[in-house]
Amino acid sequence: MKMKADVAVIGGGVTGLSIAYNLAKQGIEKVVVLEKRYLGAGSSGRCAGGIREQFSTEPMIKLARKSLDMYEKLSDELNFNILFRQGGYLFLAFNEDDMSEIREHVRLQNSLGVGSRIVTPEEAREIFPELNTDGMVGGAFNRRDGIAFPFPVVWGYARAGERLGVEIRKFTEVRDIIVENGSVKGVVAGEERIDCDFVVNAAGGWSKKIYEMAGLKSFNTPVKHEILATEPLKPFLEPMIVNISAGLYFNQSMRGEIIGGIGTHSEPSTDVSSSFEFVKKFAREIVRLVPKIRGVKVLRQWAGLYDMTPDAQPVLGETEIEGFIQANGFSGHGFMLAPVVGELIAKLIATGKVDPLIRPFGFNRFRDGIEPEHTVVG
Amino acid sequence: MVKSKKIVCRCEDITEEDIIHAIEEGFTDLESLKRYTGISTGPCQGKSCLMHVIRILGGRLKKSPDEIGITTQRPPVNPVPLYILAGDENES
Ligand SMILES: Cc1cc2nc3c(=O)[nH]c(=O)nc-3n(C[C@H](O)[C@H](O)[C@H](O)COP(=O)(O)OP(=O)(O)OC[C@H]3O[C@@H](n4cnc5c(N)ncnc54)[C@H](O)[C@@H]3O)c2cc1C
Repeated sequence: MKMKADVAVIGGGVTGLSIAYNLAKQGIEKVVVLEKRYLGAGSSGRCAGGIREQFSTEPMIKLARKSLDMYEKLSDELNFNILFRQGGYLFLAFNEDDMSEIREHVRLQNSLGVGSRIVTPEEAREIFPELNTDGMVGGAFNRRDGIAFPFPVVWGYARAGERLGVEIRKFTEVRDIIVENGSVKGVVAGEERIDCDFVVNAAGGWSKKIYEMAGLKSFNTPVKHEILATEPLKPFLEPMIVNISAGLYFNQSMRGEIIGGIGTHSEPSTDVSSSFEFVKKFAREIVRLVPKIRGVKVLRQWAGLYDMTPDAQPVLGETEIEGFIQANGFSGHGFMLAPVVGELIAKLIATGKVDPLIRPFGFNRFRDGIEPEHTVVG
Repeated sequence: MVKSKKIVCRCEDITEEDIIHAIEEGFTDLESLKRYTGISTGPCQGKSCLMHVIRILGGRLKKSPDEIGITTQRPPVNPVPLYILAGDENES
């Protein structure tokens, strides 16, 4: 059996589903999303839900800022409650080097209109009184940053897309991409060939394999990142807290659980098993920073993948293969970027126009020279 | 007539009706159903509810429990306080 589509999107995570919804919204008729497992099975359903505009490079600040604007209206747009809440992001530094980086980032953010501000340890405690400020040099706070619940965002985009005619095929794995004379002709999904003019690689931690199917060598590498949830507590923590010196972050979800992670692994791997090493490291750091929660119980831990690039910034847009479009390499930031990425990648496909916001993220930049994003955590 | 409510998941207070409703909404694989309804994400982590849910889903889809499969069991098996994980023996 053979099917014809305008666009085949590989990956039913938040990126692929946002792109598919936006394509349909822009009038593209035959959009099919191909997902090898269930929707959100990749990192999208495993992430911490953090959304922020406090970044360290101008292109990331501008992109993330636009995405945050869009998140503020997303529940209405999708007609699905994504449990979005703006409690701010509080970055903390425990050494001078990290603090001077934070100062530099805030200066750049402010020059671009972001309302972040430097805080002293005392001011950090005014924001979250349970903090142990021993050894803390200072930090930065931006009230507009926030969190949303990942699964409702995934489902919200899926439903809104389906209402506009997007076809979503779950439990369907893409096995090959057909390229002829330098252009995409179709994909092999399950047992079927689907002819199409565009293929979008939104496969998250598996993006490298998708590049290979089209004969391209990518610079992306998947790295395991672990996370856990505690028993639910009464609301006591408004912002997302990031201890940049320890690589620790945590927030309190709308269900009351503390959700958080800490950088533990760096070797390339698509393994998502849970480790005891991670929980121990997380527990040590969070108990030191917030002694009051020492008796709180850990309910479950799991892991997902960061799809890393050499500069920890995403790959967005076209490649030398005509019709082969990239939206991957999101490192720890793909959830927060999904609204803007969906809109601008859809616009690229529908009109051929590369929006200035995504131009700095082209695939070819790794062949030129790069300026890395410094705040990879949370 | 008021139908009696069958509680399937006691941790999160989820009824059989909630589960059937979610299946009808299209959450027809166990992993998605777990996340949409919240079953098996409370303190028992599925030890008391998961088999009921598999039975209900199997009944609706006319599939055996084996075909439905099981969700990934997340560690820890029982809830553990942070201070113990941090390697600190004294509570306060
Ligand atoms: C622990 C953790 C915490 C995080 N915290 C945050 C955070 O606070 N804020 C933030 O913005 N980001 C965070 N991230 C990063 C974020 O989760 C990802 O960047 C984002 O979810 C990427 O979404 P995606 O749709 O691009 O990829 P994914 O959600 O990974 O989706 C890719 C999909 O492609 C499917 N797929 C792969 N290969 C194939 C194939 N051959 N055929 C068909 N389907 C295929 C996979 O099954 C998967 O469902 C975190 C990540 C982790 C792991």
